[in-house]
Amino acid sequence: MRARVFVTLKPSVFDPQGKVIADALHSLGYGSVDDVRQGKYFELDLATTEAVQAKALAAEVADKLLANPVIESYRIEID
Amino acid sequence: MKFSVIVFPGSNCDHDAHHAAQDVLGQQAECIWHKDTDLKGADVVILPGGFAHGDYLRTGAMARFSPIMGAVRAFAERGGPVIGICNGFQVLLEAGLLPGAMLRNRSLKYQCEYVHVRVEQVDTPFTCAATPGQVLRIPIGHGEGNYFAPLDVLHTLEANRQVVLRYTSATGDAGDQWNPNGSANGIAGLCNESRNVVGMMPHPERACESILRGGTDGLVILESVVKWVTESRQPERLALHTS
Repeated sequence: MRARVFVTLKPSVFDPQGKVIADALHSLGYGSVDDVRQGKYFELDLATTEAVQAKALAAEVADKLLANPVIESYRIEID
Repeated sequence: MKFSVIVFPGSNCDHDAHHAAQDVLGQQAECIWHKDTDLKGADVVILPGGFAHGDYLRTGAMARFSPIMGAVRAFAERGGPVIGICNGFQVLLEAGLLPGAMLRNRSLKYQCEYVHVRVEQVDTPFTCAATPGQVLRIPIGHGEGNYFAPLDVLHTLEANRQVVLRYTSATGDAGDQWNPNGSANGIAGLCNESRNVVGMMPHPERACESILRGGTDGLVILESVVKWVTESRQPERLALHTS
């Protein structure tokens, strides 16, 4: 199965890159873009056919390495 | 006494640290490759600046998996003095040897300049030769030195006097205008609860010789640990080698 892991800074953590990107979009005329949060995206190919197992494994590696729990949170999609 | 300088693939301040320890301080120093598992009789461990493992994923994130880090952790847990400078500080954070994490500088720029830091605590191995409140002029060079920790952790760090160095003016005034990177509470350096592990973003090893413009304020950091090891902590030092 494939797991997609999206890692972003926690809402409480200021994202200076996201802020600059939002400002750039505003200067391009996209004033309706209120905010941008930049993150990281990982695709994991997993040797399992069980979605529950795949999600648990993806969460484990996200906790241990892909995300730094001090500043980042993550979301997982399985397909 | 012996300094062991850990060399990760991508470290680039390892030779500066080795030079400062051996040629400026006149101490024994050895560079140790990250794939080694033995600190080779270290009295002090330096995790130098640079871009360990290319700073892939996050700064310092991959270095904690280097084989030598098991020995560094064990040395730290026995009370051995460990200092992480710049990227070394980031490695200590990712390895969980110090609390918190680094964010991109709020300027989004790589900041390379001289800054002033105030010595907040003098009861660590790396500040024991300084005077309380002493202001040091030491260079920084980093893109991710914007220290972050949750508010409750920051409160604990301050309450435990774990903030060792803080960005200030040349006269020691704290304030946001003296903070080069947006670091929480102006933190430039901090220590662990047992005070033997110190991380700092400025580079003391780059401010050790008067022949280089910029002064020698970094010397006090390295001279501190020489003093700490040779004078005040002799019994513990022997214990480090026998345990």
